[in-house]
Amino acid sequence: MNSPDALVFGQLGPLALSATLVYTWALMALLVFGSWLVTRRLSTGVELSAWQNLLEVLVDAIRDQIREVSRQPPDPYLPFVGSLFVFIAASNLLAIIPGYLPPTASLSTTTALAIAVFIAVPVFGVAREGFGAYLRHYLRPSFFMLPFNIIGEVSRTIALAVRLYGNIMSGSVIAALLLSLVPFFVPILIQLFGLLIGMVQAYIFAVLAMVYIASATAVRRGGGDAGDGVDEHEDAAESANPDAQGSAIGDENG
Amino acid sequence: MDEATLIGVASIVTAGLTIAIGSIAPAIGEGRAVAQALAAIAQQPDASGTITRTLFVGLAMVESTAIYCFVVALILLFANPFWEQALTRAGG
Repeated sequence: MNSPDALVFGQLGPLALSATLVYTWALMALLVFGSWLVTRRLSTGVELSAWQNLLEVLVDAIRDQIREVSRQPPDPYLPFVGSLFVFIAASNLLAIIPGYLPPTASLSTTTALAIAVFIAVPVFGVAREGFGAYLRHYLRPSFFMLPFNIIGEVSRTIALAVRLYGNIMSGSVIAALLLSLVPFFVPILIQLFGLLIGMVQAYIFAVLAMVYIASATAVRRGGGDAGDGVDEHEDAAESANPDAQGSAIGDENG
Repeated sequence: MDEATLIGVASIVTAGLTIAIGSIAPAIGEGRAVAQALAAIAQQPDASGTITRTLFVGLAMVESTAIYCFVVALILLFANPFWEQALTRAGG
């Protein structure tokens, strides 16, 4: 089924070296080594190397997006969310290299990433507002929402994993099917479309992770204590960002 | 019809139905979302950045239901646990 889990390169002790494992580590080494190479000699002057410029544009764009999505200073979240985005984007974009299978087309990788988000949400929440205040999130808007909040926490993690896996895996499966049906030209278009999907999915994964973290750290923005208005409930809900931004836009215009 | 054939027929028919029915609702939903976003951008071109970002995140949310159906269909077709079981029982 064209899965990177099924392609095994060799055996390292008890560990089967599947393509997922090998390409994940190769990708991490590439990213770390590349970043080290570029940031080794940073210039603060007017003249930049092309690579430093690239990294600055990337980091700056991620910071802007985090600031807009969470409406908080981006610095605490930049390492986590930025790493997620860069890793997934690089993993998906490298799919144009023949012989490379994106590790994100394996459910194991995407589950690991989703679990990282699942753990990061309470960590950021507790770090920002303390243990009790974070736990009180689960009791909002009322006590009866407790089970649904817990179910939501788990199901959105599963959704995060399966969404990324399904999108990337379907791209490679469809490409393989088309290759046997119409070998000329059409697979190239599908491949291009796959690159676009890979980029969009990386963006969506990072933004959703940020939205989840923001919803766990957002209680202080409302100003008052537990639920003194509609605004705060909306802030706490995970889909609240459109609302918050919508009202901000309304404020600018009116 | 023996057991393996029955499982195969049921799997293929169900996979087709899953992806066919399961993509209707997300398609309608995504179409409506895009139409609304276009109208919103036409009214407020200044907010197009925010609208586009929210649209993409929302589309991903909506699309995940279709992706679930797709994954289930693929599991039925390529990694069907019942099919494997029947094959091993027939072989051994």
